[in-house]
Amino acid sequence: MDPKLLTIEALSVHFHLPEGVARAVDGIGFDLQPGETLGLVGESGCGKSVTALSILGLVQSPPGRIEAGRILFESRNLLRLDAEGLRRIRGRDISMIFQEPMTSLNPVLPIGRQVAEPLMVHKALSRSEAMAEAAAWLDHVKIPAARKRLDDYPHQLSGGMRQRVMIAMAMVCRPKLLIADEPTTALDVTIQAQILSLMLMLKSELNMSVLLITHDLGVVAQMASRVVVMYAGQVVEEGRMTDMFDQPFHPYTRGLLKSMPRLGDRRAGRPPRLNEIPGTVPSLIEAVSGCRFAGRCPHVFDVCRKQQPDLFKIGAGQRARCWLKRYPDRRKPDA
Amino acid sequence: MPEVPLLKVNNLIKEFPLGGGLFAEPRARVRAVDDVSFALSRGETFGLVGESGCGKTTLGRLILRLVEPTSGDVEFDGQHILALGAKEMRLLRRRMQIIFQDPYASLDPRMKVNAIVTEPLCAIQNLAKSERKKVAAELIEKVGLRAADLDKYPHEFSGGQRQRISIARALCVRPDLIVADEPVSALDVSIQAQVINLMADLKKEFQLSYVFISHDLSVVEHISDRIAVMYLGTIVELAPAVSFSDSPRHPYTAALLRAVPMPDPHRKTEPFPMEGDAPSPIDPPPGCAFHPRCPHAFERCRVEKPSLVKTARQHFVACWLNNSRGLGIE
Ligand SMILES: Nc1ncnc2c1ncn2[C@@H]1O[C@H](COP(=O)(O)OP(=O)(O)OP(=O)(O)O)[C@@H](O)[C@H]1O
Ligand SMILES: Nc1ncnc2c1ncn2[C@@H]1O[C@H](COP(=O)(O)OP(=O)(O)OP(=O)(O)O)[C@@H](O)[C@H]1O
Ligand code: SF4
Ligand SMILES: [Mg+2]
Ligand SMILES: [Mg+2]
Repeated sequence: MDPKLLTIEALSVHFHLPEGVARAVDGIGFDLQPGETLGLVGESGCGKSVTALSILGLVQSPPGRIEAGRILFESRNLLRLDAEGLRRIRGRDISMIFQEPMTSLNPVLPIGRQVAEPLMVHKALSRSEAMAEAAAWLDHVKIPAARKRLDDYPHQLSGGMRQRVMIAMAMVCRPKLLIADEPTTALDVTIQAQILSLMLMLKSELNMSVLLITHDLGVVAQMASRVVVMYAGQVVEEGRMTDMFDQPFHPYTRGLLKSMPRLGDRRAGRPPRLNEIPGTVPSLIEAVSGCRFAGRCPHVFDVCRKQQPDLFKIGAGQRARCWLKRYPDRRKPDA
Repeated sequence: MPEVPLLKVNNLIKEFPLGGGLFAEPRARVRAVDDVSFALSRGETFGLVGESGCGKTTLGRLILRLVEPTSGDVEFDGQHILALGAKEMRLLRRRMQIIFQDPYASLDPRMKVNAIVTEPLCAIQNLAKSERKKVAAELIEKVGLRAADLDKYPHEFSGGQRQRISIARALCVRPDLIVADEPVSALDVSIQAQVINLMADLKKEFQLSYVFISHDLSVVEHISDRIAVMYLGTIVELAPAVSFSDSPRHPYTAALLRAVPMPDPHRKTEPFPMEGDAPSPIDPPPGCAFHPRCPHAFERCRVEKPSLVKTARQHFVACWLNNSRGLGIE
C-alpha cells in the first residue's frame, strides 16, 4: 500500500438552514499521496470549498455540521482533534490559500509581520529571526524590493502581489499539504501564469502535496496529476489527469470538457456552437432518489431516476458514479 | 460604395481626475482610454480583451455615452452621438444596450422579472399593462426561460438564468448594438456555454452587433469576428478572430496567448517570459507602454510611442518590431 498523506472517507457536511437541510458535501472520499497535486473541480456550489474547509476545521457552525466521515492526515483523524490540536496543524503541516487575498490578509497589519507570524507561533522563532525569514520568503515569491516592502500594508499591493504574500505566508512553515482554493481565479492570465509557475517551483522544492480547487480545466490540466470531479455534493468521477481528458466516463465530465471554448478553435475550424449541458444543478435541499445528474444527462434512462449509482471502477485508478458502467448499451453514441 | 459602419469610434480619450476636491486641482489623471479608434460593421462581433484596468469597461461606456469622453468622437449609424441633446440621446439609446458582468448586482432585487425586462422599453414609450406582459413573455421565452418566471424576483434565479434575464432586458428595445461587458465571466463553464450559444443565436435572429468585452481569450476568440487587444488604454493589436491565436504580431498578444493554461494535460504550457505587473495608467511608461515588460524592447520603444498600423489584411499592430520591418504603413 502506498503511504497516504490525506484520506477523506465518507465525509458528509450539512447546512441546517431555515428552508431545510442542504447536503453540501454528501459522502465524499478521496486521498492524496505525499508530493502529489490533486485537482478538485466542479460546478459552483458543488461543495469544493466546504470540503477544503472541513479539512482545516473551518466550516462555519452553525449552520454547518459535519455529519459523518473521517479525515485522516498522517493517520490521525482531524475530525477528532480539539481546537488546540487543529490550530497546531493549521499553518504548520497544512496551510491554505484562498481565492480572494483581501479577505484573508489582515488589512491593518504590515505584510512582513503577517508572513512572520506563523514562524513565531509554530516554530518559536524570535521576532527578528522570523522577520528575516519572512523577508527571504517575500523575496523568494518575487515581491520586488521585498526588504523595503516589509512595512507595506496589503492595500498598497496589486492583486498579484497580494496573492504572492498569501503564498509566502502559506509556505513559511514548509507545510506537507497546501490547500489552494481558486488561487488564481481573481487574477489576470499573465499574473496567473506567474503564480502557477511559482507554485510549481515551491511544490517541488518542498515536496509538498497540493489540493488544488478550481473550476478552470486549463489550470487543472497544467498543474495536477490526478483529478476529482464533484457534482452536487458528491464525487462523480476521479482518475488520472490524462485519462480524464482522453477517456472521461461520466456524462458530466464529458459535457464539461466539451462545453469549454478552446484557443485555436476558430483556426482549426471547429464548429462555432459550444456543447451545452442543459439545465442547472439540482437543489441540495430536496431529496433526490436517483442520479443527481439525471435531470441534465443526455443518456438518462429508467434506472438512473430510481436508484443512485455507485462510484464504479472504470479502469486503473478511474472511477465514475454512473449507471452506464452497468448498462453500457444505454450510452447514446452522439451525445 | 462601402456601407456606413454601424459604429465608428474616432480618437477617443478618457481621463479621470484623481484626488483633489470639488474646487481643488486633481493631483493626477488616469488616462483610462488613450486614443482609441475602430469601426464596427452591422452584424459584426467585436471582441475586446486585455488585463484588468486596461480600459475595456470605460471604452464600452464611452460607446454608449454613459460617460463623456475627454476628447474624440463616436458615430452611431452616421450620427455624431456626442452632439445629441438629451431627448435625441434617449431615442438613440433604444438602439444600443449594455449587459453587465455581475448577474447578481445588475438586476434590481425589488423588481419582478416582468418589470425588469420591459424597463428599457417603458422608459421610452407608454405600454399598457397587458401589452407589457406580452412583450415580456415573448422575450423571456427567447432567452430560454418560461413565462411563469416573469412573476419571480431575481434572487430566485441562478447566475446563468440571471444573465439570461439581462439579455432579455437588453433585447427588449430591439437594439442594433449590444455592448456586453464580461457577460459570462461570473458563470460556470457549462452555463457559460449556454449563454454564449444564446448570444450567438440571437445575433443571427436579430442581426445584432456586439462589442464583447472579456478577459478570457478563448471565449473572445470563440464568439468574435475581430478582436482588439488593449493595453493601458490603447489598442495594441486588432486582428480577425480566425487568425488571432495563430499569428499574434504584438509581443503582448503573444504573451497573453502563451499565458492561457491549455486544457490539455499532454501539452504543458511553456515557461512564461513576461515578468512584472501591468504598469499604472496614472504614470504610464514613456514610448511604448509595454516596453518595461517586453522581451524584445529596443531603444526606440523606450522613447517613441508606436501607432496602430496595418500589417496584413484586416490586421493592425502598434509595435515598432512590425514598423521597422517596413510592413505597409497605411
Ligand atoms: N456558511 C454557509 N451557510 C449556508 N450554506 C453554505 C455555507 N457555506 C456553503 N454553503 C452551501 O454549501 C454548498 C457548497 O458550497 P461551496 O462553497 O463548497 O461550493 P464550491 O464548490 O466551493 O463553489 P464555488 O465554485 O462557487 O466556490 C453551496 O450550496 C453553499 O450555498
Ligand atoms: N470613475 C473612475 N474614476 C477614476 N478612475 C477610473 C474610473 N473608472 C475607471 N477608472 C480607472 O481607469 C482605468 C480603466 O478602468 P476600466 O474599468 O475601464 O478597466 P477594465 O479594463 O474594464 O478592467 P477590469 O478587467 O478590471 O474590469 C483603471 O485604471 C481604473 O482604475
Ligand atoms: S447514471 Fe444515468 S443519468 Fe446519471 S449520469 Fe449516468 S446515464 Fe446519466
Ligand atoms: Mg468555492
Ligand atoms: Mg471592466
